[in-house]
Amino acid sequence: MSDLDSLKNRALDQLGACSDESTLRAWNSHYFGKNGEMLAALKKVSELPPESRKEYGQQANIVKEQLSLDQLGACSDESTLRAWNSHFFGKNGEMLAALKKVSELPPESRKEYGQQANIVKEQLSASYETALKNCLEQAMLKSLETEKLDISLPGMIPAAGKLHLATQTLRDIQATFAEMGFQVFRSREIEEDEFNFGLLNMPPHHPARDMWDTFHTTDPGLILRTHTSPGQIHVMRKFHPAPIRVILPGMCYRYEAITTRSEIMFHQVEGLVVGTNVSMTDLIGTITAFTRKMFGDSRQVRIRSSYFPFTEPSIEVDMDCIVCGGKGCPLCKKTGWLEIMGAGMVHPEVMKNGGYDPSKYSGFAFGMGPERIAMLRHAIEDIREFWGNDMRFLSQF
Amino acid sequence: MKVPIRWLKDYVDFDLSLGALVNRLALAGLEVSGINHWGLPAPEGLRLGAEDPYPVWDKDKIIIGLVTKVDKHPDADRLKLPTVEYGSGRSITMVTGAPNLSVGDTGQKVILALSGSVLFDGHATPKVLKELKPGKIRGITSDGMVCSGFELGISEDHDGIIILEDDAPIGMPLADYFGDSIIEIDILPNKARCLSMIGVAREVAAMTGGKLKPFEHKPHTFGPAITGKVNVVIQDTSACHRYTASLIENIKVAPSPAFLKRRLHQAGMRPINNIVDITNYVMLEQGQPLHAFDYDVLYSRAKGKTPEIVIRFATKGEKIKTLDGLDRELSTETLVITDTLGPIAIAGLMGGAETEVTESTSRVLLESANFDFLAIRKAMKSMALPSEAATRFSKGIHPDQVIGGANRALQLMQEFAHGLPAEGRIDCYPSPKPLQVIDFSLAEAKRILGIAIPLEECTKLLTSLEFKVEKVSNEMLRVTAPTHRLDIQVGVADLLEDIARLYGYDKFPETSLSEQLPPVLIDPELDFERKIKDTLVHLGLQETIAYSLTSPEAESAFLESAKPAYVTLLNPISSERTVMRQSLMASIVSLTQANLKHTECVKFFEVGKVYQKVSGQTLPLEPYKLAIAICGPRNKPFWVEDSSGKNNLNFYDLKGIVEGLTSGVHLEKVSFKPGNHPALHPGKCAALMIHDKVAGMFGVLHPKLASTLGLDNHEIIAAEFDMQTLASGLPVRYLSKPVSRFPAALRDIAVVVDQAITGQTVTAEIQAAGGNVLKVARLFDIYQGDRVPAGTKSLAFALSYQADDRTLNDKEVDKLHKKIEDRLKHVLKAQIRGKEV
Repeated sequence: MSDLDSLKNRALDQLGACSDESTLRAWNSHYFGKNGEMLAALKKVSELPPESRKEYGQQANIVKEQLSLDQLGACSDESTLRAWNSHFFGKNGEMLAALKKVSELPPESRKEYGQQANIVKEQLSASYETALKNCLEQAMLKSLETEKLDISLPGMIPAAGKLHLATQTLRDIQATFAEMGFQVFRSREIEEDEFNFGLLNMPPHHPARDMWDTFHTTDPGLILRTHTSPGQIHVMRKFHPAPIRVILPGMCYRYEAITTRSEIMFHQVEGLVVGTNVSMTDLIGTITAFTRKMFGDSRQVRIRSSYFPFTEPSIEVDMDCIVCGGKGCPLCKKTGWLEIMGAGMVHPEVMKNGGYDPSKYSGFAFGMGPERIAMLRHAIEDIREFWGNDMRFLSQF
Repeated sequence: MKVPIRWLKDYVDFDLSLGALVNRLALAGLEVSGINHWGLPAPEGLRLGAEDPYPVWDKDKIIIGLVTKVDKHPDADRLKLPTVEYGSGRSITMVTGAPNLSVGDTGQKVILALSGSVLFDGHATPKVLKELKPGKIRGITSDGMVCSGFELGISEDHDGIIILEDDAPIGMPLADYFGDSIIEIDILPNKARCLSMIGVAREVAAMTGGKLKPFEHKPHTFGPAITGKVNVVIQDTSACHRYTASLIENIKVAPSPAFLKRRLHQAGMRPINNIVDITNYVMLEQGQPLHAFDYDVLYSRAKGKTPEIVIRFATKGEKIKTLDGLDRELSTETLVITDTLGPIAIAGLMGGAETEVTESTSRVLLESANFDFLAIRKAMKSMALPSEAATRFSKGIHPDQVIGGANRALQLMQEFAHGLPAEGRIDCYPSPKPLQVIDFSLAEAKRILGIAIPLEECTKLLTSLEFKVEKVSNEMLRVTAPTHRLDIQVGVADLLEDIARLYGYDKFPETSLSEQLPPVLIDPELDFERKIKDTLVHLGLQETIAYSLTSPEAESAFLESAKPAYVTLLNPISSERTVMRQSLMASIVSLTQANLKHTECVKFFEVGKVYQKVSGQTLPLEPYKLAIAICGPRNKPFWVEDSSGKNNLNFYDLKGIVEGLTSGVHLEKVSFKPGNHPALHPGKCAALMIHDKVAGMFGVLHPKLASTLGLDNHEIIAAEFDMQTLASGLPVRYLSKPVSRFPAALRDIAVVVDQAITGQTVTAEIQAAGGNVLKVARLFDIYQGDRVPAGTKSLAFALSYQADDRTLNDKEVDKLHKKIEDRLKHVLKAQIRGKEV
């Protein structure tokens, strides 16, 4: 059997020298290929006298198994492992061929050969599974070490849509008041003079009308509303004598030059509460709560006396500056205060015009500009940005 | 209203820093919008907007001086060398170019600035502060200067130096002499009474507890009585409530004294002569406008008769030449002061040129009158003649004010114009204004204000504003308004305003609403709008809000020719914004175009109103519309991909958005039909149908329109839908579908059909054959070209078969798939690709 042993030793030596996939493959085909040495050695069995055949066959198989196992051990990555597997266990693989050979043997050797072959097969396939598993683990560990992304490269931001800043601010205001039980009531933008002024205690030529520069239309008496206050009359007339607690958001128009601080078109949010138990201290409490919810719970609120024809008494509401906290800075023009809304107790004449008896019912109203609030919150210098609708502006919010 | 603090202190003593005063005024409804500093340092605690730097008059360096002599400059004709004495025997000689100092002058009081003073540089614009340094001018040492108003920071005038009144004390620091702070108060319409120094002083007294000083002055001697010198007739008593005339003889018209000119200047008025200045001064002090006529002119116009002043509306075609030299035609709505020869003044607005006071005037007829605010407002607007007087009249003045104003003017004319007032006055006051008496109940105050302010406190606060208060019971006060108040109209609410602001809003507690909650208010339109907006945002669109004012030209290409009439502005601000819009698509396309200049991919939507006039109705319709516009590459170029071949957004992207929207808000009965819209490509336009009603159109912008707009390189896809029609597809509720727990079998099918057959038809046939086991039939490829016969196209669908109650086996799927193939072959004459015979 020395020629088998020498075959084995030679092959093992050479295998040990194989350092990469291609030399391994060459080794494999040299010994296990179609005309490979191993096959030749196996075939030699037929040349032997019958009594020696069995032993030679066994020996040859042992050598083959050893060689195969060693070869498996030399497989260094997944692909050589899989190639090994298909070489031995594939459709035309050696193992199958070796198993098939049983039919060529004399009947008395077949059983033993079969058993031997199966042992070889099981050992080989078990070894293969282990080797494959190890190999995959190694590969994973290696890839974890080597696969590094340049995390500094820019990401792909999904193209998101946004609500217009004005809408966002309106929603914030609405949500804040909703928590205090205010519901939304909307009304028309093109109004009769009577609703915009007359019923709000400003008869024609009333000096207070100077406070609102008005867009008139070619239809006499029809104007673009200068404030959301006509909604007060609409909502009162609709619901009297039920109590009212609404905000009236909407677009208003003023005949003005468009500058960084003034626009011809702007939103307003008016609030109106009417009932038999509504007072100035309720008004102060409500707008203070609103201010703190919108701008932070430490905000200070200052009430100043003011004038609006449709409220009496009228007040102006300031909050301490959100930038300097009242010390004085450019935002608050050094005053420490930011004006956020006008308000007051609904004027008795307006109550009457809305259908409520002012001796029994009282109410308060307030009005603010969402664009102005957004400007304060986001340090926007130019009100014209709002209707300029520049993507580069809108997409920031 | 400009209020110099020194002037204010003539009427009220108060012990408040300027900063505190400004703050108190603001809280009481008199907001100070700015301060003009006359040489005084900005006081501590003053919190007003950032101001430009101004010169602060150093008390050691800016001093009143006396010119003792003026010598010639040896080398320059234009320059002079005044010597100025400034107290304690100190004097200084310097070089000046002041045109109002001449060689040989002596005795003028001037303002001397010694070196080290910081003043405005007289030669620099814009103004810069500069320290005065000793130096030589043309070889002569000059360590000081005589100052103009410009250098001191109190006027724009630097043509000449300031010459002070003769009694100005030599050596007194200028800051002490007339250093001042002039606060500018924004006067709200209900505080018209504060358009005067005394009006402001009353407020300051009430809010500080300070005492008002007496301000009623009368002349000390009188000449012969006015009786028989003039008659007054008010013809229109609704427009002129009161008219008084006083006569002053022996007048010497001259420039006003320096202090008076200075005060007018501080208050923003231009000095003219002593008589005119005094009428203006009294108006500023008391709020009562006055007018002075030259009595001798009136006398000669009366042609020997007694001059007769008639106050009436102008007659048609009447004219007057006013003080400013303009000939003005009067309308019949203009109230005029006339004599027998016609108008001599426009009431409350401006005097006539002929009867104006001139240097030669020696007798003045002084008008102190009360005109109706409405009459003056109308005239002021129609004649575009705003003036200090007209502004005051147009906001309303109490008729009682005329007497104090006239008396004060007579006294000043006696003092500063040598005038001798005639005894008595003509006073026409046909229906005196009754006193305003209000019963004030504490319960009412508590009901409105929410806090109980004690009776004594209310009494004190009201009394401080000169209300007369009488206690009726422990619960009730009877309050009489002072006669300078016109704003006390509705009663208790007006008094509450004064009480609340003087009591101090900072003492009001914050309370929560205890009123019961009102009934639920549902606005389905608002809810729907919110859903639409949210869904579109989730679909990646940016909301925009465009101007609702536009021009018909800007949107004509987007509207059918038969459209509703426009709501048209009477006073547009520009030719681009003359009407209220009718097309949202027009404005969103324009916004898209503007953004394409800097942004590659634009995806916009807007929900907003359009405005449509309806004939026979006063009010126009304001329906809400939804507009969408998209344009640009579908994906942004990204470094990990090959970005060379750009895929632009197309019709199907917008259709996808519309589908995403309608399914996202769960609309039902949604379908699409070929559409037709003036602004859209006729072959690339679809109508969105809800319940077989057109909700709106979407498609590719018409190439012709795109070309007109200069959009040849961009394909904008735009949409406009009616919100109400969209909302009609909202189901009351939408139902869920159970999710199958069994695996789906996926198969593809590719069919070749005639080009005219729509994708929707093929899908419908597949669905019909597949029944409810066919869960999805998604088109994933379309091919037209060499590999299919001419006039046909290939459509490939991914099909997903799934039963709700079992796992389908291959045979079942095969059978169904075959059924679909057969139906397509049979109904649509389709060829099944990959199965060609």
